Amino acid sequence: MMIKSIFSGFGGQGVLMMGYVFAHGAMSKGYQVTYLPAYGAEVRGGTANCTVAVADEEIASPIASEPDYVVALNTPSLYTFQNRIAAEGTLFLNSSIINIRPTRQGINVVEIPCGEMAEKIGNPRVSNTVMMGAFIKKTGLFSPDIYMKSLEVVMGGKKKSVMEINRVAFMAGYDFLNI
Amino acid sequence: MKKVFEKPKSLKGNIFHYCPGCGHSIAHRLVGEVIDELEIRGKVIGVPPAGCAVLAYNYFDIDMIEAQHGRGPATATGIKRVLPDRVVFSYQGDGDLAAIGIAETFHAANRGENITIIFINNAVYGMTGGQMAPTTTLGQKTTTSPPGRDTVLDGYPVKVCELLSGLGGTTYIERCTVNSPANVMKTKKAIKKAFQYQIEGRGFSLVEILSPCPTNWKMTPIESCHWIDESMSKVFPLGVFKDEVSAEVKP
Amino acid sequence: MNKKVLMQGNKVIAEAAIRAGCRFYAGYPITPQNEIPEYMAENLRKIEGGTFIQSESEIAAIHMVIGASAAGARAMTSSSSPGISLKQEGISSMAACELPGVIVNMMRGGPGLGNIRPSQGDYFQATRGGGHGDYRTIVLAPATAQELADLTMEAFDLADKYRGPVIMLADGMMGQMMEPVVFRTPRPRNYHDDFIMKGAEEGKSKIIRGLILDPLDMEEHNWKLDRKYKLISQTETRHELYKADDADIIIVAYGTAARIAKGAIKRLQDSGLKVGLFRPITLWPFPERELRELAERVEDFLVFEMSTGQMLEDVRLALQGYAKISFHGRPGGIVPTPAELANVIVRHCDERCKDI
Repeated sequence: MMIKSIFSGFGGQGVLMMGYVFAHGAMSKGYQVTYLPAYGAEVRGGTANCTVAVADEEIASPIASEPDYVVALNTPSLYTFQNRIAAEGTLFLNSSIINIRPTRQGINVVEIPCGEMAEKIGNPRVSNTVMMGAFIKKTGLFSPDIYMKSLEVVMGGKKKSVMEINRVAFMAGYDFLNI
Repeated sequence: MKKVFEKPKSLKGNIFHYCPGCGHSIAHRLVGEVIDELEIRGKVIGVPPAGCAVLAYNYFDIDMIEAQHGRGPATATGIKRVLPDRVVFSYQGDGDLAAIGIAETFHAANRGENITIIFINNAVYGMTGGQMAPTTTLGQKTTTSPPGRDTVLDGYPVKVCELLSGLGGTTYIERCTVNSPANVMKTKKAIKKAFQYQIEGRGFSLVEILSPCPTNWKMTPIESCHWIDESMSKVFPLGVFKDEVSAEVKP
Repeated sequence: MNKKVLMQGNKVIAEAAIRAGCRFYAGYPITPQNEIPEYMAENLRKIEGGTFIQSESEIAAIHMVIGASAAGARAMTSSSSPGISLKQEGISSMAACELPGVIVNMMRGGPGLGNIRPSQGDYFQATRGGGHGDYRTIVLAPATAQELADLTMEAFDLADKYRGPVIMLADGMMGQMMEPVVFRTPRPRNYHDDFIMKGAEEGKSKIIRGLILDPLDMEEHNWKLDRKYKLISQTETRHELYKADDADIIIVAYGTAARIAKGAIKRLQDSGLKVGLFRPITLWPFPERELRELAERVEDFLVFEMSTGQMLEDVRLALQGYAKISFHGRPGGIVPTPAELANVIVRHCDERCKDI
């Protein structure tokens, strides 16, 4: 098993965080994992992205030429990555701010209005966590518990209330998808 | 019979290779005497430069590590940070300190590294045969400024004490010369003060010594001493540029 | 049992260095290795006797390392390609003065300022000494975050053992990537007090220098260093073999390129092609005997580098005409995909079949 995912969006939308927590969760579940962020001038103010590979064997290359999953939080990300997704792969898109739909055929598209859902929960900044709820449900790689535990580790000494709103956001995304 | 002069114990006793009338020999002896008087021979580490004084470790009977050209203050920084209770000094010429190593000098000074620099300014590159130095005076003839240093083509002499005394990290900066017995005694006092400040943890100290180079100046030793009085010290005035007695003592 | 942590490559190096007893770090910011000085600033200064200096230049950094090393500290600096060029004066000096120290190069595209993407263009510079004069440096080429940790610790041991600079040669991708790591417990330092300069005390004064004006003495010093390099060549080569047992074709690649090669080999698992990997872990000394042994049963070698072909020359020297050597390279900061390399291998095999 080898699953490669790309998380992409504006700087500040929390895409690197999503990938990091996902990678951490996969590691604590016992998988091999690599996390590769885009770096340098290209992420200054523009689109940030990271690639996470999860496998039950040694991961040769941390790069995803044909990612199984792409999470696009903004429109430029959709343009950039839709044609790279593997056949039968899945595109998660933030339907709150992405108005266009992929022209690419032969992939699954999961639309999550994570921006609106986060607003409803009470903090627009947790929209990435809403998206991850849906992502974890769809990929089924590990349980919500593991994700929340990894989020806690990665966020370090953040306040209980911050963890709580993230938990609510995560479950909202998780329950949004009926699988 | 009363002994009035002896070789400092922190010098090895090898005969200096320096030219007759060169200021290095005097500067070496003064540093040696200060090390003896402060009784720090066992805990001093010297960093000689590339230049005429590259073989200083043949004369000093103290621990010494050579620095690459201009890097003395960086090497001294590394030593001092690891061994803060040792007395660390670099010994540098004008090309070494003010040209190729100006960045290392400037920033060691600006960081307030608790080290001492003995800066020999003789206004030429001595070892390589008398080329123009950053401190060559205007109109001074060298092998690379044959008609004399020209501001348009060669820029101006670099005034190291003036430059460094403006930095927050420096504590004690003095310019001296060794062209007369009185000036030699003053220079020794300055070197001693610089080392004392370091021992007290006060920060960066530098003593610039205007030093005769009869060979490359194409003068007799006596003429060289006069030239320092008449010309060189007009460009590089002697005196204390900074003395922060109250400088905060580092733990 | 030490815990498994998910950590970025640059930070892994810094953490491993601190654990290995590195107490002096000087460096100058340059992408893609900035997390090393940042981590050191944050963590090395908290440790008793730990010094971090953001130096005024790469040149100053390496000379600070020289001073710290002479004074007895385990010392390190890091940079990326253009900055490593600046450090060469000091690296040459460390070799001459037999001072230990670790220099990390997270390579980026070159020559010149190049770019900040991962590259392997500094192989020649690293393995041929890099600075002036007759010397070598041990060069370690990690390919995983775990190796970044293990080899960083090893780099300090080797630097002490052979009293000289050791280069860690990785690239921007290795530096930026996160992978799980378990930090092993480092070996205690084994470095003789006599080599440390700390003031003469009551005893004889010491000199550390590379200036040896008498050519006969200088020659003797050169031969002494050379004997050391010969010993290193005989005893310190490291490499990894992957699916090489029954391979018909061997890919030779190091670092990031070796990871890509593994990915390509996996993709070709069911293709009927028998492809293996030879991965040098020490680039100098290059594991030439081990590669040569492979040539006794394999005659087809494909060198793959993120450069126009530098390690290629060492492979040629090692195989000495006993096998066919081909090359695929992507310089300039391109990180090729396993799929691309797999296609290259298939095409290569097709052409070889035509030859037969």
